[in-house]
Amino acid sequence: MIAEIGHFALILALAVALVQAVVPLVGASRGNAAWMALSGPTSAAQVLLVGISFAALTHAYVTSDFSVMNVAQNSHTDKPMLYKVAGVWGNHEGSLLLWITILAVFGGAVTLFGRNLPPGLKSRALAVQAMITVGFLLFILLTSNPFARLEPPPLNGQGLNPLLQDPGLAFHPPLLYLGYVGFSMAFSFAIAALIEGRVDAAWARWVRPWTLAAWVFLTCGIALGSWWAYYELGWGGWWYWDPVENASFMPWLAGTALLHSAVVVEKRDALKSWTILLAITAFGLSLLGTFLVRSGVITSVHAFATDPARGVFILGLLVVAIGGSFLLYAVRAPALKTGGLFAPLSREGTLLLNNVLMATGAGTVLLGTLYPLFADALNLGKVSVGPPFFNAVFLPLMVPMVLAMAVGPLMSWKRSDLAGALSRLKIAAALAVAAAIATWVWQGGSLGPWWAAGGMALAVWLFLGVLTELAERIRLFRAPFGQSLSRLAKLPRSAWGMTITHAGLAVFIAGMTASSAWKQESVQSQKIGETITVAGYAFTLKDVQNVQGPNYLASRGTFEVSKDGKPFAVMQPQKRQYKSPPMPTTEAAIETTFLGDVYAVIGDSGGDGGYVTRLYFNPLVVWMWAGTGMMVLGGLVSLTDRRHRVGAPTRARLPAHSVRA
Amino acid sequence: MKRLALALMLAVAAPALAADPSEMLKDPVLEKKAEDLGKELRCLVCQNESIEDSNADLARDLRVIVRERFAKGESSDQVKQYVVDRYGDYVLLNPPFKGTTLVLWLGPFALLVVAVGAAFAFFRRRPSVNATPVVPLSTEEKRRLDALLKDGDRS
Repeated sequence: MIAEIGHFALILALAVALVQAVVPLVGASRGNAAWMALSGPTSAAQVLLVGISFAALTHAYVTSDFSVMNVAQNSHTDKPMLYKVAGVWGNHEGSLLLWITILAVFGGAVTLFGRNLPPGLKSRALAVQAMITVGFLLFILLTSNPFARLEPPPLNGQGLNPLLQDPGLAFHPPLLYLGYVGFSMAFSFAIAALIEGRVDAAWARWVRPWTLAAWVFLTCGIALGSWWAYYELGWGGWWYWDPVENASFMPWLAGTALLHSAVVVEKRDALKSWTILLAITAFGLSLLGTFLVRSGVITSVHAFATDPARGVFILGLLVVAIGGSFLLYAVRAPALKTGGLFAPLSREGTLLLNNVLMATGAGTVLLGTLYPLFADALNLGKVSVGPPFFNAVFLPLMVPMVLAMAVGPLMSWKRSDLAGALSRLKIAAALAVAAAIATWVWQGGSLGPWWAAGGMALAVWLFLGVLTELAERIRLFRAPFGQSLSRLAKLPRSAWGMTITHAGLAVFIAGMTASSAWKQESVQSQKIGETITVAGYAFTLKDVQNVQGPNYLASRGTFEVSKDGKPFAVMQPQKRQYKSPPMPTTEAAIETTFLGDVYAVIGDSGGDGGYVTRLYFNPLVVWMWAGTGMMVLGGLVSLTDRRHRVGAPTRARLPAHSVRA
Repeated sequence: MKRLALALMLAVAAPALAADPSEMLKDPVLEKKAEDLGKELRCLVCQNESIEDSNADLARDLRVIVRERFAKGESSDQVKQYVVDRYGDYVLLNPPFKGTTLVLWLGPFALLVVAVGAAFAFFRRRPSVNATPVVPLSTEEKRRLDALLKDGDRS
């Protein structure tokens, strides 16, 4: 009964979305205030109806209602409650329901927080949101109904893929989707602006915080997935250029570019048409990401849905959504008034450089991800495009970007003097070169990879560049110290946000370089009592025991690890055999230190009475997570800036006696 | 460029081995060569994994074949050619540079050229701020500017 209510609520939501997609749009073009105002209640109704539907599916999972096919295929009574709930979106149908739920919540947020938006812009944007909703609701209802019943219901369910039964991965999809769907806000407002033929600072002020919020969620989601791969797949790697990883990385690149170009729109009223294009692209790539993962077009570890009918539907949806908006863009963008002028060497110029490189990066990842598909379709033979290609092509693009990142914030708006900015970076440059030389000497010249020196130099350059900019801002050593301190205290939060985020990237680069260049590993058959030393850590295998989990059996190895003769840690990696579905997983044991992770994996017992053990030292891995954390933190700090609080400045300016209709 | 590509491709995310210790070659130099090559060979039944990362039987067989060839004294290129002859380019995670992959390898550079070109066109098409003549401030303007700056320092 509850499942049917959920299904029915979805159908009602579709009807409401159809109304919301048409009436406010027509109202806006005719200037009919009542029709425009309909976008409010309809978007509220969406939240309610889709929310009921989501709650109904969650209820089915929590109560293990195996008469619902989706639950029977993806859940099991033995599963811990966290994974029963996470199971709701750990499958194709449920994850789409989550997608649409988030979309509805964002639509509701526009209604709630956008009271002071121009009514035309608001109703048009909400109508565009509703069009996306209609597409996805049709997709769910026609091809992927999560509420389909099963007769007779099985005694128990088939369970969730054990690789996905992990706290990191339980929250990975919702965060990713908050990012993907968050870009729909920028998209809807871009389309609405195209229809209106007007983009101004107010538009950018509205779009920026939403894009930033989406970017924060997406960054979190990608990092969580990467972290999961690091500790769960048991290889010690964290990024594989897998098509599904690329699917989330492309919108991230486009979204990052969008964030930066939106700054130019807001501050300088320039790059408007380009920003609109980026907004469309970022969401288009989010849709494409959903398509790649959900259609199973590119088979990969993550693609648990392989159904061509669905693929064709999403392809149609993509063509209509992206093709339609590009067409609208081509027709309407030339009508956008060009705004503020600026010289190539200026803050705007460096932000444009960021955009050029980010967009090229996104295009490169797109090309590499889709090339095997095209090659296959055009009979060029089957081609694999793996990590070697992406590393060779993508990373060189990012080098000039990081170089420019230190310079850009030191440039002034409109027209700037490059030599002046560079002269302020003398110390950063000197220390970056010193870091390169130190790295080279430390790793014994060409004994380590040469690019490690370059990577470390880039990290130092960027970090010091960020500090230099901060020092310039507060006029450190130029003004009395007390004055510098008070300037520091008065810095706007958005400035802090940029500083923290850019510094975070520097920390990340250091971690990425070190963990890729100097990883140490040892794979062997290790007997009980035997000691293996990796990077100065002596691993002694004490015993291997069988332990019973809630829905798995595991053999758990116990290592006593010592460093320089002193005990360091006791590590207990597991090899688990899940019961439903029957599948083995490895649970690595990781001891994190500032300088690197000590990482141990236990495998099967070999014929000779030993166990296959994999022992690693992964340098500076925690720097990568810390760097990503700083990037997210910087985004959040920036979001608390008063100028980013939606509508706050405008509302304050409203005359006291004004009456809102 | 080739060397840069090679260096970079060995750089990031070199995942640990799925290889069983019993498969490994005694000679560490040869084993390292086999691992390096194995990381470039796709496990054909898997999804975007190299044979060194995969637990699949087919990947295991291919790992053993690669090591047998190395043990016979063949070079990396010879072993690679042997595998490609049997499985085609699909087995290579690093696609070779040839006619059918021209778009793939040159595409990113073309994209960069287009993007940079578009940015240049953007500056060419519109009058740059540099073109507007710089008129020096009049004494009155200077005085007002100084007053404003002083004001800013006090607040």
